[in-house]
Amino acid sequence: MNYKATIEIMLRETILDVQGKAVEQAIRTFGDNGINKVRVGKKITFSLSAETQINAENAVKTICEKLLANPVMEDFNYQVEQLNQN
Amino acid sequence: MNSKINFGVVVFPGSNCDFDAYRVADEILQQNVKYIWHKDSTLGAVDVIILPGGFSYGDYLRTGAIARFSPVMQEVVKFAKNGGLVIGLCNGFQILTECGLLPGVLMRNKSLKFICDFVNLKVVTKNTPFTSECLEDEVLKIPIAHGDGNYFADEETLKSLKENDQIVFQYCNKNGEVTDDSNPNGAIQNIAGIINKERNVLGMMPHPERAVRSILGSTDGLKVFNSIVESFIFQS
Repeated sequence: MNYKATIEIMLRETILDVQGKAVEQAIRTFGDNGINKVRVGKKITFSLSAETQINAENAVKTICEKLLANPVMEDFNYQVEQLNQN
Repeated sequence: MNSKINFGVVVFPGSNCDFDAYRVADEILQQNVKYIWHKDSTLGAVDVIILPGGFSYGDYLRTGAIARFSPVMQEVVKFAKNGGLVIGLCNGFQILTECGLLPGVLMRNKSLKFICDFVNLKVVTKNTPFTSECLEDEVLKIPIAHGDGNYFADEETLKSLKENDQIVFQYCNKNGEVTDDSNPNGAIQNIAGIINKERNVLGMMPHPERAVRSILGSTDGLKVFNSIVESFIFQS
């Protein structure tokens, strides 16, 4: 089966996101629009083949833990969806 | 000492301080030195590994994150676990935290700016093979050049670092006072360099290899390299 993984990586909530702060300040230059708590993260996508949905999810989780996110400073979440077979 | 120390400078795609590190070992320390390519799966006969500064693998994903998985790093980790001396400078420090040889992480500078400047460093402990030639609380003038030097570790890790005397360098002012004003990048507790519990792996954001001749503005970096050499003299 072929799957598509979509991974979102964000700095942990407890860590000051200086990039988010800078973006927030830029947004403020448009005026007071009530926007706050801006945070900047990463989105990573890839396709993979696996026997089952569970196997695919486990593979994605392992890759996130080993490489894509650094647990000291980042949290991640992921979605794995089955691709139509053609 | 009857034989020379063998330094190995690891070269990743994107390393740019490898040549500086090589020349310190060769021309100034007058020891043996060789480059080790990132794809090499053996280190050969080496006594000290230098992970140089630069932008290994373009700093893609996170600084040091991709370098960690290069063949040579598997060997460097083994070398370190066997007690070999490893020093990571700037990007080298980032790689050492990514591969788990040192705790914590280097985040984006608080100012978001790349900073290239001289800083004052307080030698917090001389009880390491990398600072034994310094005085306790001595202030070293050494340059930094980084965009991601904002050291972060959780409370528990910081406590452990302190308890085990693992904080080696802190950013300070000229008088050796560790102040917010002297912190260039937002590093927690002004931490600029740490060592592992076993005291054979050092990571530091400043560049001692850029402070080894008076024409460069400082020779304080020599104290780090001379300490390494002295540590071998005492062993033999």
